[in-house]
Amino acid sequence: MSVLFWGLAVVLVASAMWTIMASKPVYSVVALLANFFALAVLYLTLSAEFLAMIQLIVYSGAILVLFLFVIAMLSSGVASFSVGPNRLPRIAVPAVLLVLIALGLVVVGIFMPHPAPLPLAGAAVNAGAVGDANVFGSVADFGRALFTTYLLPFEVTALILMVAVIGVIVLAGEHAPYVGTPRRAEEVRKSLREAIAREGD
Amino acid sequence: MTPGLLPMPLVDYLALSAVMFFIGVTGVIVRRNPLVMLMSIELMFNAANLLFVAYARAWLNDAGHIFAFLVITVAAAEAAIALAIVVIAFRASKNVDVDEASALRG
Repeated sequence: MSVLFWGLAVVLVASAMWTIMASKPVYSVVALLANFFALAVLYLTLSAEFLAMIQLIVYSGAILVLFLFVIAMLSSGVASFSVGPNRLPRIAVPAVLLVLIALGLVVVGIFMPHPAPLPLAGAAVNAGAVGDANVFGSVADFGRALFTTYLLPFEVTALILMVAVIGVIVLAGEHAPYVGTPRRAEEVRKSLREAIAREGD
Repeated sequence: MTPGLLPMPLVDYLALSAVMFFIGVTGVIVRRNPLVMLMSIELMFNAANLLFVAYARAWLNDAGHIFAFLVITVAAAEAAIALAIVVIAFRASKNVDVDEASALRG
């Protein structure tokens, strides 16, 4: 088990590094995909089988594909898309030093002796193998918790998703770019049309 | 220490999660491409989720799984809205460098 954990840890850290260092956003997406798959396997070793599947379906299937669509849409016909944004901002070096110091503090804090917290009341005691029904982390167990104890948070997720859908329609829908009043939006559209016509010449 | 008999000690999950989180922080600071910055934010979400799942397993409590589920939902909503903003900003200025998007700077 420890071989699996450390192997996955190496994959997770390496793919995370590749994500932030890749020269093109598409490479970042591929590295992030490897990261999400390794994380899903790690979830399986932690008997969170439902979350492992959610990780693959929602993150790899939906979010990363959304990223790919946007990259494909923005980079078509724009040669400089992946060249310009790679230079470092001026604050990068001190900021990264601060981040490393913070990371060092976190690691020191992690390995300091902690008082053992008390087990939570009502915790299930059965942690069977992955795939068993009715043990901790199984789909039945997760669903029971989701639709009984945590029904309200689950319903709040519906609200969050609806806000996201409405927000995207407002931002990028038929009347986009929506800037201020409808008249202002019409002006923006007109100037954009002119700019596009100039590009065509 | 842990009633759930984790496959590995909890500090190992904590350390892995911290490293992943700070790689994400570094990505947000260093990169100027908004898409890579958003992917770094996803990395941070995932580091937090890993801790939720590890602690849920350590204490055999479903609350961590539910919270990780919520975080995934919020991440999906955030990615959709942020990518829409990137698209309209790109449409408006033909530029994807976040340093150039300074129209709202005071």
